[in-house]
Amino acid sequence: MQVNKNKEFEPVIVAFCCNWCSYAGADLSGTNRLNYPTNVKIIRVPCSCRVNPMFILRAFQRGADGVIICGCHPGDCHYTSGNYYARRRMTLLFSMLDFLGIERDRTRVEWVSAAEGAKFAATMNEFTESVKKLGPNRRLEDLRCRKQ
Amino acid sequence: MQRIGVFVCHCGTNIAATVDVKAVAEALKNETGVVFSTDYQYMCSESGQNIIKDAIRDYKLSGVVVCSCSPRMHEATFRKAVASVGLNPYMLEVANLREQCSWIHKDIATATDKAIVLGKAAIAKVHLNAPLTAGESPVIKRALVIGGGIAGIQSALDIADAGFEVDIVEKEPTIGGKMTQLDKTFPTLDCAACILTPKMVECSQNDKIKIYSYSEVADVKGFVGNFTVSIKKKARYVDETKCTGCGLCTEKCPMKKVPNAFNMGMNNRSAIYIPFAQAVPKVATIDADYCNMLKNGKCGVCAKVCTAGAINYKQQDEIIEEKYGAIIVATGYNPIKLDKYDEFAYSQSKDVVTSLEFERLTNAAGPTNGTLLRPSDGKHPHTIVFVQCVGSRCDDSRGKPYCSKICCMYTAKHAMLTREKYPDTEVYVFYIDVRTPGKNFDEFYRRAVEEYGVHYIKGMVGKVTPKADGTLDVQASDLLSNEQLHIDADLVVLAAAIEPDKSARPLATMLTASMDTNDFFTEAHPKLRPVESPTAGIFLSGACQGPKDIPETVSQAGAAASKAIGLLCKNSLTCNPCVAHSDELMCNGCSSCEKVCPYGAITYINKEFKMPDRTTAIRRVASVNPAVCQGCGACTVACPSGAMDLNGFSNSQIMAEVDAICK
Amino acid sequence: MSNKLQERILRSSGVNVRKCMRCGKCSATCPSYNEMEYHPHQFVYMVEKGDIETLMKSKSIYKCLTCFACVDRCPRGVEPAKVVEAVRLAEVRKQGNNHLIPDQIPEMLDEDLPQQAIVTAFRKYTK
Repeated sequence: MQVNKNKEFEPVIVAFCCNWCSYAGADLSGTNRLNYPTNVKIIRVPCSCRVNPMFILRAFQRGADGVIICGCHPGDCHYTSGNYYARRRMTLLFSMLDFLGIERDRTRVEWVSAAEGAKFAATMNEFTESVKKLGPNRRLEDLRCRKQ
Repeated sequence: MQRIGVFVCHCGTNIAATVDVKAVAEALKNETGVVFSTDYQYMCSESGQNIIKDAIRDYKLSGVVVCSCSPRMHEATFRKAVASVGLNPYMLEVANLREQCSWIHKDIATATDKAIVLGKAAIAKVHLNAPLTAGESPVIKRALVIGGGIAGIQSALDIADAGFEVDIVEKEPTIGGKMTQLDKTFPTLDCAACILTPKMVECSQNDKIKIYSYSEVADVKGFVGNFTVSIKKKARYVDETKCTGCGLCTEKCPMKKVPNAFNMGMNNRSAIYIPFAQAVPKVATIDADYCNMLKNGKCGVCAKVCTAGAINYKQQDEIIEEKYGAIIVATGYNPIKLDKYDEFAYSQSKDVVTSLEFERLTNAAGPTNGTLLRPSDGKHPHTIVFVQCVGSRCDDSRGKPYCSKICCMYTAKHAMLTREKYPDTEVYVFYIDVRTPGKNFDEFYRRAVEEYGVHYIKGMVGKVTPKADGTLDVQASDLLSNEQLHIDADLVVLAAAIEPDKSARPLATMLTASMDTNDFFTEAHPKLRPVESPTAGIFLSGACQGPKDIPETVSQAGAAASKAIGLLCKNSLTCNPCVAHSDELMCNGCSSCEKVCPYGAITYINKEFKMPDRTTAIRRVASVNPAVCQGCGACTVACPSGAMDLNGFSNSQIMAEVDAICK
Repeated sequence: MSNKLQERILRSSGVNVRKCMRCGKCSATCPSYNEMEYHPHQFVYMVEKGDIETLMKSKSIYKCLTCFACVDRCPRGVEPAKVVEAVRLAEVRKQGNNHLIPDQIPEMLDEDLPQQAIVTAFRKYTK
């Protein structure tokens, strides 16, 4: 995404949502007509534990400015324990990304249940705001991947 | 290269109002591989589906992208449509333009841009889709009902009636649940016991139904059609097969000072007890917390008097493992604890009671044998104040945010019955709103007011103060006459909010069934699938899903049973083909995937491989059982060599989506 | 309609009057109910309607004991006492009121006046 100086910076945000809770929560925020920015684009995965750290690195490489992973609340995972794996993996990944200079506010794990449409919208608003404040991600973006 | 067709739905104006659907269809036409792109008003309608079918034939499409509502809504519809013209149903992807784009955004330009990006991501994914065939798994033709209240009983009877075996697990020593404690039922005022106990007896006599009373579900494994459930039979220190329910032991037991939970602790029972006369199974149970024999080894009276020799002080908890095809949850409700609402003096005065306690006070089998007497001094109350919405409709920090639904009606019932039996009693009901949606409900409430002269006052009780003379000073507001009232009451009845049973939360975790913030089970769809849990094979019956009265509970119980019967009728189920598979050439047999698999779907086999130098080598490689795998994908991330991948959500597919979104 | 005034009341009290479900528990619990012309539930309702001047003119704003019973017992967490306080402050802070001039105070002092009142008066009026 080209950053036009005249325009307000519009970050690209990738949201991984588990099929059972968070994706349904996202649907619910739509059903309830709760607004959140268009910057957020959702990718459906069966479970938050399906999110390979590679996907997040790939997103940053391709120019994403923030990545958020949403899963079921601890104890509520459709697959019993998937969100616990996600939590561990992401804790490690985020601390590594932090070490590499990717600000903590660009990455986030949030638990959103199928009933929490309002929470989903609020989380996305908040996350987009915090990414906007940080400005574009330049550290991991691969310029060769940039669209001309 | 795939030949992809793109179909953009207007959804009336649901999508078209904020997304320029024509521009989306136009923009996606230029994507690699797209050979056909169109838009239509209702893609899910028959004519909409025909457009897709025709395009598949005419343009020899190998992949389809539908830009419409959430895939949770219509993915199955469209998959069926493409399958009907010979395309593999898993060659279809849905871009969610309604719930996740048009409904949340207002600006047409940015929403259209986002819609195009979502479409591109779906196209990028379809490029990497592969045809998948679903396997089949057998269905165990036996159902489990958790909870033996009216909901569980009705569900079990209906399933048994259809010819399937069904087990009821009930944590109390008898089935029957809350309804056994009720006196009359609104709005017809038939006696609860008269309509419930025949059903309880039917349960015990039906040879298709097995009752595990005084038992709990300890563990659940497996999946729809094939659950393995561990049931913990708690030690009741009485051999169920020998006990005849004569009740001699309960008479002779010297320990008679045990608060009787069945009567809400308002009288006492013995340490060995049968909860009530019509209990099913009618078997005694020893309360280990109070029994002298179990506590300090001194007594043994019950064993001496029992002619059947059923008493066994050495009985242990027992774990039984059973297999089921479907599970019905009917864990029910409880009234909330009232410690938080000290202004009503519930803990200060015996004469402030909950509605369920009042129910026992008017019940012929209750502590007063059906005569309404004050718990403190056993005198007739002459002024009774009913308080509605105690703990219901509150701020989250102060109580339950929901309406408990049944209180308005049972309070009208209590007020009416009191006035009928004791016309000299003044009855006041303080209400915020009277909610009576239901057949003959409002007529019932009006009768309480008009025919029985119950004083309904719009307002709330602010404070109850026990006075020295034993009466209660009720300070309340009457909003319509704009005054503050003081009523000298003999009895105050609080309509306590109801909440799901405490056992529901751990059970939901075992079943991986989701719950809402109030610990009620969530349904798969609030309107269209109200008795199914989002977890396949788990059905919801009664108040575990939300506050309900008896008619509603019974109809939901029947609905849940019919859904379970529908499942049990099938000989086999089509499996989800989106399961993990391992690339044997890349797998190094490290066991990382096996450790994270929650289902034990991964095993290791020793397989012969032809090496480049024409020798053979035996290597240990992972193998996934597709019937057991549920497709969570935990193993795909754990795999260090990248051999594990998930059908339908492969690494390359998700990467392609990421790329499409980020570009 | 006094929208600005309403907005000020809502801001200074921090209360969302729309949370009220009209149960009347605040008035049921109020110990100085009989002293008041307008009762706690009416405060909440009238502030929501924007009928605030009536409340400001009423003596009711001085009758609230600020005992917070209504705040404690309101099932919806509306906090009526804070609304009453905000209306009271709106009246007290009204511009052009006959506040004391600091120089006048010494003359008005008398022996029976509690020490605390004197200190408070000086604090209030010498700024």
